[in-house]
Amino acid sequence: MPLLIVLVLALATARVIHEIQDAPHPPAALDVQVIGHQWWWEIRYPKLGIVTANELHVLVSDARKRAPTFLELRSADVVHSFWVPRLAGKTQLVPNRVNRMWIEPTRTGVFFGQCADYCGTEHAKMLLRVYVHTSEEFERWVSEQKSFAASGPAVAAGRLVYERTACINCHAVKGTVGDGRFGPDLTHLMSRETLGSGVLTNSPENLHAWIKSPNRFKPGVLMPAMNLSASELDQLVAYLATLK
Amino acid sequence: MNTSPTQSSIAGVMGLPEDAARTWTVFDHLHQWVVTVDHKKLGLMYIMYGLLFFVVAGIEASLIRIQLAVPNNHFLPPRLFNELFTMHGTTMVFLVGMPLIFGFANYLVPLMIGARDLAFPRLNAFGFWLSVFGGLLLYFSLVGGMGMTGAGSMPDIGWFAYAPLTSPAFSRGHSTDYWTIGVLVGGLGSIATAVNIITTILCLRCKGMTLMKMPLLAWLNLVMCGMVLIAIGPLTAAQIMLLFDRFLGAHFFDTQAGGSAVLWQHFFWIFGHPEVYVLILPGFAFASEIIPVFSRKAIFGYPVMVGATVAIAFVSLGVWAHHMFTVGMTPIGNTFFAISTMLVGVPTGIKIFNWIGTMWGGKIRFDTPMLFCVAFLVQFLIAGLTGVMLSVVPFDWQLNSSYFVVAHFHFVLVGALLFTIFGAIYYWFPKATGRLLSERLGKWHFWLFLIGFHVTFDTMHIPGMLGMPRRIYTYEAGRGWDALNMICTVGVGFQALGILFFVGNVLWSLFKGKRAGNDPWDAWTLEWSTTSPPPEYNFAEPLVVKSRRPLWDIKHPTDPDWKFE
Repeated sequence: MPLLIVLVLALATARVIHEIQDAPHPPAALDVQVIGHQWWWEIRYPKLGIVTANELHVLVSDARKRAPTFLELRSADVVHSFWVPRLAGKTQLVPNRVNRMWIEPTRTGVFFGQCADYCGTEHAKMLLRVYVHTSEEFERWVSEQKSFAASGPAVAAGRLVYERTACINCHAVKGTVGDGRFGPDLTHLMSRETLGSGVLTNSPENLHAWIKSPNRFKPGVLMPAMNLSASELDQLVAYLATLK
Repeated sequence: MNTSPTQSSIAGVMGLPEDAARTWTVFDHLHQWVVTVDHKKLGLMYIMYGLLFFVVAGIEASLIRIQLAVPNNHFLPPRLFNELFTMHGTTMVFLVGMPLIFGFANYLVPLMIGARDLAFPRLNAFGFWLSVFGGLLLYFSLVGGMGMTGAGSMPDIGWFAYAPLTSPAFSRGHSTDYWTIGVLVGGLGSIATAVNIITTILCLRCKGMTLMKMPLLAWLNLVMCGMVLIAIGPLTAAQIMLLFDRFLGAHFFDTQAGGSAVLWQHFFWIFGHPEVYVLILPGFAFASEIIPVFSRKAIFGYPVMVGATVAIAFVSLGVWAHHMFTVGMTPIGNTFFAISTMLVGVPTGIKIFNWIGTMWGGKIRFDTPMLFCVAFLVQFLIAGLTGVMLSVVPFDWQLNSSYFVVAHFHFVLVGALLFTIFGAIYYWFPKATGRLLSERLGKWHFWLFLIGFHVTFDTMHIPGMLGMPRRIYTYEAGRGWDALNMICTVGVGFQALGILFFVGNVLWSLFKGKRAGNDPWDAWTLEWSTTSPPPEYNFAEPLVVKSRRPLWDIKHPTDPDWKFE
């Protein structure tokens, strides 16, 4: 009798494992790379040429027009784990290894997730937001992310601060000399809702405070305080605030 | 110090009792404990060592719970929080669980099989002191971990220390080295003691005690020690590889040089899963001795209990990767480990039915040891059920590494193991000290701890299901976790109060407790036939047994067990 229970449970489990892990990849599916870093998420859309951080934008799916998102999971440093509880189970991001999973949200909105495998000091502040869009909203987001305007002369001083300090070692902004990948891509910084992988709401004031002392909001964060002068900091924030 | 040096040294050389007139100083007592090779003294030292670290790790847990009581709390800085959960886990497994189970095995196995000591008394002392050395090394990181490079005072890598978080790039300073070497050395001590206990059980049983007439406690410890021999090896190997990586530039787990992070996970869990059964089998052993005595019935289904134990040990060697369902294994791999994990439920279920069968129709006495064992039955059942839930891979994908898992394994290690250990302490304390623990304080201890345990750990399942990952030092308000975390923390207060009653009970009863006599529980195994505390030689004359309950045979000469076995 107990063996019978085990048998039934095992068959049901095997079937669901098969359905999830061996699911076919429909040609219309959205492909996204998610790369875990200590303590933020790099999100890349290789087919669309989009790079962003800590916010995953995907399409809503319905029975008539299925639009699953297939994720390719990698890690740049230690083991992380991708978990958005209301969308799917979790899968680890392991260095030197490519893992895959897929999600298929059926209603629009914002879903919260975070790293689920201990990855160092700020493991608790490696937060993720998933935005599920209708196809029109998604198209608009894609076109916004693909375009980038050259910055105007009003913020040229701030751009120089960015380009002449160590900022560019870690952060990229398209159209400038900065192409670092150690930290989040800043090309569309102001289009994101949070700073520091979810520790602060994104606003010029918070950005100012964050750049001045990231450690105050996220103790142990790998971004150093750059010791910029007050005027440099103001110029830099003015420049970054134009990166919509 | 009235006797002349010549006299006392002659007495020492001859092995004669010390002259009664000689006054013993504190140092003499200390010396006697430090150099002892007596299995009872070593057993008690193991237990005291385990209980000491139990208090330390309990304080660490309390600090963790205070930090998590409210969202966005600033009670502990992130790094310290991470260090505390690492030390809590490592301490509870290696410096509390292992010493306690080996302490009881040391003390009880020879007495219950009618032997005068373990087979290798000096190896026994060596194993104990190695374990102590390992524990001290781990905590020495508080002082020595700063090292030359100045980072870290306690390891902050989590108790399973996933690579490459342990590589020099991510874990600077020497705290991780102290963790590695501490666990390595403690593991060697465990291997030494396991060899010793296996040899003792196989070679030193008294006349008439065939393997199938041994008390179940001896059987369970025999299997447990066999598993220690299998499980500690991979852990030791992995720790040595990690040391090679950290000191000699090897690349086993160094992913930046092409090493494998998954390899560490396999090594660790090939140790880590059998380890769970190493810890819980002695818990089963205590329950299998206490439940029959307090139900006034012989254990139900003895041969099946032995078979189920061996089956659990066998199956548990093939389930380790159920800790790794999220690592990206193939569907076949996931299915295999799901099925093997579900199979563990069969022999453990048999055991639970047998314990209930023992109680069924018995004349149950609800003294404190029995109360702890009854609570164990219920809690272990719940732990087993959540365990089967987690073996269902898609369910595990959702709840692995969440507070649901934390609640699950605390049900195993606290709700099952710790409860039976408390039961065992109440049951065998009179044998070891000659005095009974206070029943009144014991019931306070039991009820407070029971309430605290359920308030904390029943509740803890829910935030896991609501998406709270483990090992986060804080969380945002408004995700539905706030009140639940507060309740978990409140429960810790009850548990701590229960432990205070326990400590008070032990200290009071040690001096003022009721005299126990040889056999306070009217029990049936050999340890109750000698004095309390037993003399150094345990039994004055070689024993002969004819059944599994030798003392029953003596007490009921007209109705002995051996007629029916």
